[in-house]
Amino acid sequence: MSEFLISITPIDWLLDPLTHDFMRRALMVSALVGGVCGLLSCYMTLKGWALMGDAVSHAVMPGVVVAYALGLPFSLGAFVFGVGSVALIGFVKQKSRIKEDTVIGLVFTGFFALGLVLVSKIKSNIDLMQILFGSPLGISRSDVNQTLIISFIVISILLIFRKDLMLYCFDAKHARSIGINTGILHYLLLTLLSLSAVVGLQTVGIILVVAMLITPGATAYLLTDRFDQMTLLAVISSSFSSILGVYISYWSDIETGGSIVLVQTLIFLIAFLFAPRYGIFKNQTFINNN
Amino acid sequence: MNPIFKSHEKDFMRIEADQVCVDYNGTVALYDASLNLKAGSICGLVGMNGAGKSTFFKALMGFVRPSRGKIRINGINVNQAQKEQSVAYVPQNEGIDYSFPVSVWDVVMMGRYGAMNIFRIPRESDRRAVVHALERVDLLDLRERPIGSLSGGQRKRAFLARAIAQRASVLLLDEPFSGVDVPTEKLMAELFLQFRQEGHTILISTHDLNHVRDFCDFVVLINKTVLAYGETSEVFTSENLNKTFGGIPPNPLSGPTSSKDFINE
Repeated sequence: MSEFLISITPIDWLLDPLTHDFMRRALMVSALVGGVCGLLSCYMTLKGWALMGDAVSHAVMPGVVVAYALGLPFSLGAFVFGVGSVALIGFVKQKSRIKEDTVIGLVFTGFFALGLVLVSKIKSNIDLMQILFGSPLGISRSDVNQTLIISFIVISILLIFRKDLMLYCFDAKHARSIGINTGILHYLLLTLLSLSAVVGLQTVGIILVVAMLITPGATAYLLTDRFDQMTLLAVISSSFSSILGVYISYWSDIETGGSIVLVQTLIFLIAFLFAPRYGIFKNQTFINNN
Repeated sequence: MNPIFKSHEKDFMRIEADQVCVDYNGTVALYDASLNLKAGSICGLVGMNGAGKSTFFKALMGFVRPSRGKIRINGINVNQAQKEQSVAYVPQNEGIDYSFPVSVWDVVMMGRYGAMNIFRIPRESDRRAVVHALERVDLLDLRERPIGSLSGGQRKRAFLARAIAQRASVLLLDEPFSGVDVPTEKLMAELFLQFRQEGHTILISTHDLNHVRDFCDFVVLINKTVLAYGETSEVFTSENLNKTFGGIPPNPLSGPTSSKDFINE
């Protein structure tokens, strides 16, 4: 394998996978999912919803299993359980004296455990590993269609309500005082989170999908002081990581979800160390000149 | 209606609160709070922490629904007034995430969102309003700077500019003078007087008794309810202030240091 790697040119490295139908599909879906999750990750990191992202992405597990068992689109089941977990978190928090982070941890582990139990109990052709770790290389045509539709919905809503959601994250009180319904924005953002978790688990699986929902945003946040630039950088870094991750996975025969998230983490690390203004080794002249 | 207001056609009521009660899960935060403020007046809202100042503010902004009583802004209910961009709120510095990636310009433009369509795309008139607001608070030169890079006083001015850009007739300011530098304090005081002249009504929630004395036409002393309310010169007596601050003699009329010491203890 390694001799083979050395012998190929970079052009071959890029083009050879494209000769396969499944790879073209995997690359397209991964780039799209990366973009969708990257866009949403800006709102997650700015709103401080990383834990919520973790919760929702784990809580969709039983939904996926039930949907497969019933022959429904898996995204439908995932969405129902994603939104359901959010509602349950809100309910338990309101009706008890338990603090929010505890409630979040409690609810999502409960849902996740339910998912695991269901997988072992419901006899079907569900591949547990595929749900947990994703498999963009083995994605089916119907799954591609679901991903396309959901991505289109999420991107459209995020583009339409871009500024309202930004304002909601920055200063919800002001949003309310000018007559914007912040309650609707709150649930809209949670719904988008559930939908993004659903598409995200296609490529990196349930366990790592939270990385897709926070890492690109965190990376971009270190690189800019402009919201629009932040969203752009997050989308670019996220899509790029997804594509590169799939390539590396193809050539080195390593697990795809792990490969994508590892690339994302490396990009974050580079930003963390070398971001012009906010990195560890920040550029003093850059700061002085600005 | 309070006798200090004579009704004639121009000075209608900006803020009318009639026996407002607010309770949170059975705990009374505010009861029988009444207040009438006409166009072109500055009113100080004075009370201790937990006396119900912020509850009163929240009620005026429609964030909490009074369990009893009625609130009208410019003669209409609060939610309608919000939709008409009649109420602007200037927050305390502490309530804002200053590492948020927005520029001064972006923040002031947020004041225009309510007047824009659903996509919030600024028109020329919105940009003009933002430029004008930035000029008034003397921040036009810093408009490209991230909000987090400003000093405390500049931040305050940025949020004041947002309220100006909103062109609201009623301004609610939460502790506007806390943590600001002297130039900003002077600039804000001048602006408030200009706003009054333009017919705005300003309600300032504050600890600082000296500012109230300096330029508030009216004062509301509050401790779970309105203890005293009227023209500053009449209401601002040691006796009333004693009531407001729970019997501790604040000695508010003897100069800036003593009253601040009292508040900070």
